[in-house]
Amino acid sequence: MTIPLIVYKSLRQHAFSSVITGLSIALAGALLMSVWSVKEQSHAAFTGLTGGFDAVLGVRSAKLQLVLNAIFHIEESPGNLALADYQEIQKNPNVQLAVPIAMGDNYRGYRLVGTTLEMFSQAEFAPGQRYRVRTPGRVFDPTAREAVVGSFVAQKLGLKRGDEIHPYHGLHFDEEKEHAEDYIVVGILEPSNTPADRVIWIPLEGIQKMTGHDPKAATDLSAVLVKLKAGSAIAGQRLNLMYNKEGSRLTFAWPIGQIMAQLFNKIAWFDHVLALVAYLVAMVATGSILASIYNSMNERRREIAILRALGARRSTIVSAIILEAAAIAASGMLAAFAGYFAIMTAVTSIVRAQTGVLLNPSAFHNVMVWAPLAMIGLSALAGIIPAMKAYRTDVAENLTPIS
Amino acid sequence: MTVLEISKLRKAFAGPEGLRSTVIDVSSLTLAEHAQAALRGESGSGKTTFLNLIAGILKPDSGTIKIAAREMSSLSEPQRDRLRATTIGYIFQTFNLLQGYTCLENVLLGMSFGPGVNREFAKALVKRVGLADRFNHYPRQLSTGQQQRVAVARALANRPKLVLADEPTGNLDQTNAREVLALIREACRENAAALLLVSHDREALAQFESVQDFHQLNQACAAANPAAEMTP
Repeated sequence: MTIPLIVYKSLRQHAFSSVITGLSIALAGALLMSVWSVKEQSHAAFTGLTGGFDAVLGVRSAKLQLVLNAIFHIEESPGNLALADYQEIQKNPNVQLAVPIAMGDNYRGYRLVGTTLEMFSQAEFAPGQRYRVRTPGRVFDPTAREAVVGSFVAQKLGLKRGDEIHPYHGLHFDEEKEHAEDYIVVGILEPSNTPADRVIWIPLEGIQKMTGHDPKAATDLSAVLVKLKAGSAIAGQRLNLMYNKEGSRLTFAWPIGQIMAQLFNKIAWFDHVLALVAYLVAMVATGSILASIYNSMNERRREIAILRALGARRSTIVSAIILEAAAIAASGMLAAFAGYFAIMTAVTSIVRAQTGVLLNPSAFHNVMVWAPLAMIGLSALAGIIPAMKAYRTDVAENLTPIS
Repeated sequence: MTVLEISKLRKAFAGPEGLRSTVIDVSSLTLAEHAQAALRGESGSGKTTFLNLIAGILKPDSGTIKIAAREMSSLSEPQRDRLRATTIGYIFQTFNLLQGYTCLENVLLGMSFGPGVNREFAKALVKRVGLADRFNHYPRQLSTGQQQRVAVARALANRPKLVLADEPTGNLDQTNAREVLALIREACRENAAALLLVSHDREALAQFESVQDFHQLNQACAAANPAAEMTP
């Protein structure tokens, strides 16, 4: 009872510096937890998100570019492959499903992706989960100029069933490159929290035969999304050997998760820099507790002397100072959770807008346990230095007021 | 039964040039249970150092101090802290109240280092010193006389056997000084505590039957300033 009361009174007496120091801990803690959480969640989301496919077949190019372009819709297309290539892999006995896609146009910055009905009737973006069109609504007629809009695009552009859209040429929006065709929105996709939410789906032929496109490439495709049959490891290796080693014209990007993991390995240094910055901020914030309490020791000396004269042991005073440092850190870390949710909400919104991937700000991570414990522990350690100064306070010398 | 027994007590401090000079040299002093005694001494005569030695805040270089039959100078620091908290009440000239604590909390805190907190007794003490309507006032909201009253209540909080009062009226006007001194004496009597008061205030000292000259008691003082021994 005594030590908590001394701590409480001390925090009240030094309320301003305690609040400021607590806020610096809150910011540092929020940053540390956010950096960690974003890293973990984005790694899990991007390496685990395959759209339900195992591989991407495209023209000879970097596998990563193929995956980013065909699965995440965030990279330029490396070029086209022929319809025959699609037909060939479709017939391959190791392939369960092959869905062609074609790209090259946009509507106000959001990609138009041409595809076949298999994308909605057979592809599963997660086990047992197919892309579904909101009711009322339906999937496009492959022979008509109809579009199914991803949920994020619909939300951002305010598109609804029955709206008319005019595609623009290229993957980037340019008002002067409007195509002549009109497409009618016939359905809005239910949110899937995948990159599919960020695109507008139209019939494959719509992209291929859009006015202004090269008629010679009217049957070309941007990529083929491939789902292998069960036991896909061997099947994947066979196709990998066939396209990547024996062939030189096409690239078989497989397995998608591993290719994305390679991307994360390439940018691991950035993660490390972010983590280092977060650790440094945490150290500085912990140091601010030390500075804050240490700087107030001169004005506390008389109080400490009085407490000692009343019978308080040195150990009581030392414990109170250390507990005060820990209490500032603990209250700071409580506030850090508010900061964490604010940062995560902002990051989630940005990541979703850029990639369609949805992070979860309220998901539990181990960092939510170890970061507060580490911050409180470090702060308590930092409190040892002023506590030692308090320990050495000369009682007799400090009982008289400083005039 | 004696509550305080001092024998051959010596304490020296190193001066600025490194030479140690004896500040306290008291051959003997005793104080019986429930007794009230006063020491007369001028500023700088070592009175506060003497009380700090008795309270165990300072450790003597030699000699013995027995408080309620316990030898203070042979105890470890935590043991001295414990003995001080449970057996001694200390009233200071400058009150030494904790500014962030209310009147009642100052008394309760005094209890918390001793046998334990007794909220009802703390309230009774605060009422006894005439501050029943000031429980939740902070020291800055009290007059100097009221602050010293709180200090008196705090000193008695652990039902001490001995109360040390260091110039308790030094910062008070005459009226308040008279009232506070009477309060200290009465409260000590009521709580069966012996009282050792040091002061240079003639009016305060005149209230005591037993007044000893600290210059005569403290041989170090007498040696440093022989003329002081002649002071009536």
